[in-house]
Amino acid sequence: MKYIDEFRDGRLAGQLAAAIAAEVDPGRSYNLMEFCGGHTHAISRYGVADLLPPVVRMVHGPGCPVCVLPIGRVDLGVALALEHRVVLCTYGDCLRVPASNGLSLLKAKARGGDVRMVYSPADALKVAQAEPGREVVFFAIGFETTTPPTALVIQQAARLGLKNFSVVCNHVLTPAAITNILESPEVRRLGTLPLDGFIGPAHVSTIIGSRPYEFFAEEYRKPVVIAGFEPLDVMQAILMLVRQINEGRAEVENEFTRAVTRDGNLKAQALVSEVFELRRSFEWRGLGVVPYSALRIREAYRAFDAESRFGLQAKTVADNKACECGAILRGVKHPRDCKVFGTVCTPENPIGSCMVSSEGACAAYYSYGRFREIPVVAV
Amino acid sequence: MSGVRADYVRPLDIKHGRVDLSHGAGGRAMAQLVEQLFAAAFHNEWLAQRNDQALLPRPEGRIVMSTDCHVVSPLFFPGGDIGCLSVHGTINDVAMAGARPLYLAAGFILEEGFALADLKRIVDSMAGAACEAGVPIVTGDTKVVEAGKGDGVFITTTGVGVVPSGITISGDRARPGDRIVLSGTVGDHGMAVMSQRESLAFGTDLRSDTAALHGLVAAMIDAVPEVRVLRDPTRGGLATTLNEIAAQSGVGMVIEEAAVPVQRQVQAACEFLGLDPLYVANEGKLVAIVPADRAERLLQTMRAHPLGRQAAPIGEVIEDAHHFVQMRTRFGGKRNVDWLAGDQLPRIC
Repeated sequence: MKYIDEFRDGRLAGQLAAAIAAEVDPGRSYNLMEFCGGHTHAISRYGVADLLPPVVRMVHGPGCPVCVLPIGRVDLGVALALEHRVVLCTYGDCLRVPASNGLSLLKAKARGGDVRMVYSPADALKVAQAEPGREVVFFAIGFETTTPPTALVIQQAARLGLKNFSVVCNHVLTPAAITNILESPEVRRLGTLPLDGFIGPAHVSTIIGSRPYEFFAEEYRKPVVIAGFEPLDVMQAILMLVRQINEGRAEVENEFTRAVTRDGNLKAQALVSEVFELRRSFEWRGLGVVPYSALRIREAYRAFDAESRFGLQAKTVADNKACECGAILRGVKHPRDCKVFGTVCTPENPIGSCMVSSEGACAAYYSYGRFREIPVVAV
Repeated sequence: MSGVRADYVRPLDIKHGRVDLSHGAGGRAMAQLVEQLFAAAFHNEWLAQRNDQALLPRPEGRIVMSTDCHVVSPLFFPGGDIGCLSVHGTINDVAMAGARPLYLAAGFILEEGFALADLKRIVDSMAGAACEAGVPIVTGDTKVVEAGKGDGVFITTTGVGVVPSGITISGDRARPGDRIVLSGTVGDHGMAVMSQRESLAFGTDLRSDTAALHGLVAAMIDAVPEVRVLRDPTRGGLATTLNEIAAQSGVGMVIEEAAVPVQRQVQAACEFLGLDPLYVANEGKLVAIVPADRAERLLQTMRAHPLGRQAAPIGEVIEDAHHFVQMRTRFGGKRNVDWLAGDQLPRIC
């Protein structure tokens, strides 16, 4: 397939692998965090790790929208569906995220809640138009990539004067999460999480541009290479990071020039700031309460804010004690370090959110990579 | 000759009529629906007897029986509809034992308000598929549920067939060293149905691959009676089927991504919907597992049949206590091909 196959070419991958192997200093290690779940997924799905020398270690970051959604926020969706009897529309990935009392949105649906999977917030708006007698709520999640479409439907709903449409805004911000990780005791004081560089987000960066990462490169002396979600993008970014590290540079480089500019999509940014404002703080699964890390709907659009419309208040609900999602999302632990990984926690029956989405480190690892831990008996 | 004139019965208004609760109530309306729609389309000597069951001659050989429920949405899709799908699906399940399908039974759950014109289209499509396959629908049942309690029509078909002597095909017979052969491209059916979804409709000339595979199977076992496993990768796609066989046989598998045929349109649609063609349903494909030294002969036979033209060897069975299915990616790495978790596509067969 044109424009896709070129970025999955095995021959080029082999050449890049050879270049990386030639470039690395076998006497040191290269701990590279891929922030995005999209990268985690690509690495697992295409077997990128098999092409890397052992000194290059990939650390999975928190950039998986459903993974960082805390139980308390999912509970809001469940309450809307079961108690407020609204039509709750959300993305497919969201449906299986564990909530309190063994529930999830999918289980709420089985209990009679009207929960519908949509591919876009525009579909939720259509539902509201088609069913004026029902309250329709879009449960919005995601980083900067999915925020502009949510802003757009809120504006459209306002323009159409829709009285039965509102949004639970769970949109979160990438730079705040990166700061949180770089400021974490594991990185700053304890040194238990060695981080030598970041593979920067692909789609998020098409919106926010590469400029916001310049601060991390400069302030924390960590190289950042923004990369696309195709496996060759990832390999190329790893090579670029290895070179920066070897040369002692800490710069923002852009491998994904076919889609990302320094300033990003200004129109989308304007749209987002028209509809949303910063939340003072927001709870993330894994990272805890992170200041100024999420968005909420501005006063001017308050009529479309489901949280105020239905008087919702998110509570902090502790994760399952055995679940290591928090540490895994911070890159401190690997899925195999978790006692429940692959035993009671599986994609069919996720205990933690990292096992839900294919972008989650545990699900990616479970689905694509667990044979590595348990060597196959030779024929 | 009796001089009694038959009662006048207004013929079924197939063009404008709709299913109502009386069509399932057991009275005249139901008899009329059965007579004018089902029996007229499926006509054969067993249905003509008008009994609640079909009395069949005893077949020679081991009997295979299988049943399959069909709840596809939308009911009509490019390349087929729920009618022919329900015939092909069950014929294929029977054929995957190496059997020759003999008879079908069909059960219909109709929703009040369903257009008779649509029902006729579906029933005609079933009749056409059954006739083409040479497998008559010999008995059936109809029930009607209130509006809102069904989704137009649900169809359950049951099939009976016989296995030729000397043939033993079962999911637990794969052995390390065996070859895995696939009869053609994967994902066509699932993506054709997906392309018609209201919320998601996208333009494509993609068609469902729905087809009865018993002819292909007959040719295969005739040429290579040593075939060990046959299975049609329907719901859950190729990935799920391979995992089922690996677990049943207590073996592992390694497949080559580059060897699995996928149509360009399927690849493209999967790409933008974030799906993996390995998990997308097929309705006219099969996976065969065969001893390595018979693989080439099997492939030649399959490629000579219209439904196996694109048959390809995709991998081999290995010893693995964990029963993993692994794949060597086109990219040069390796990964697990796991069971499908959750539901990639709702209601496709």
